[in-house]
Amino acid sequence: MGGYGLYVWGAYGVTFLLIGVEIALLVNRSRKCSETKT
Amino acid sequence: MTAQSVKWFWYASPQTFYPVAGVIARWCGAAAAVLCAAGLYIDIHAAGTWMSMFIYVVMAFWAAIGLAFNTRLSHMMASALAPTGALFTFIALWTGSFWGKPTWGTWWVWDARLTSELILLFLYFGFMALQAAIDDRRRAERAGALLAIVGVVNVPIIYYSVQWWNTLHQGASVSLTRAPSMAATMLTGMLVMALAFWMYSIAVTLLRVRCLILENR
Repeated sequence: MGGYGLYVWGAYGVTFLLIGVEIALLVNRSRKCSETKT
Repeated sequence: MTAQSVKWFWYASPQTFYPVAGVIARWCGAAAAVLCAAGLYIDIHAAGTWMSMFIYVVMAFWAAIGLAFNTRLSHMMASALAPTGALFTFIALWTGSFWGKPTWGTWWVWDARLTSELILLFLYFGFMALQAAIDDRRRAERAGALLAIVGVVNVPIIYYSVQWWNTLHQGASVSLTRAPSMAATMLTGMLVMALAFWMYSIAVTLLRVRCLILENR
């Protein structure tokens, strides 16, 4: 990557990590809500 | 005309909106995954920044509707948008920083674009913290709505900051009034990524609204 690997993967990595965390938290919250309300 | 209006108002109720939100969220989630795979190799910074501003405007819109008409679903929409808006604002700042280091030689400068985007992140955090800090739900929703509406003034400041002040950040590459100053393949990829983030935002926001509906039942 011509010495720019840290910058490219640093940006992509954190972006998709955060999106993954948001989805995981949301799925967990949805599951809890469904369990308690049914 | 009257029948159409009745249908729209029918979906303004949390109970009737709940199943519709589930269907839309599933479709948008699938579309986001496909679009993300297609546009993955291109710019996430510009698409993330657009989303951070757009989500704030939509959040302020729902907050204003909730404040004006006292509709619970509007306040829920505003609350559901805030975490995703904060996420995209952080992504915009983070990826911008990783762009800035190799191109400008620094991770961060207190220039107008970067600072106003940072203020946007604080506005999202402030909105969520304010709602969480007040026990009475109605009061929390109204207080949050006021903050969201006042804070919307920051969005045009972010957008025009590169024109109003002498900034290190480059000017807009894409504009409605003139031809884009980038290659067509880059522009296409960027727009695909923006569309993917749109679909993702709709999906997670509607999933969060469904949780809020269940929690407040």
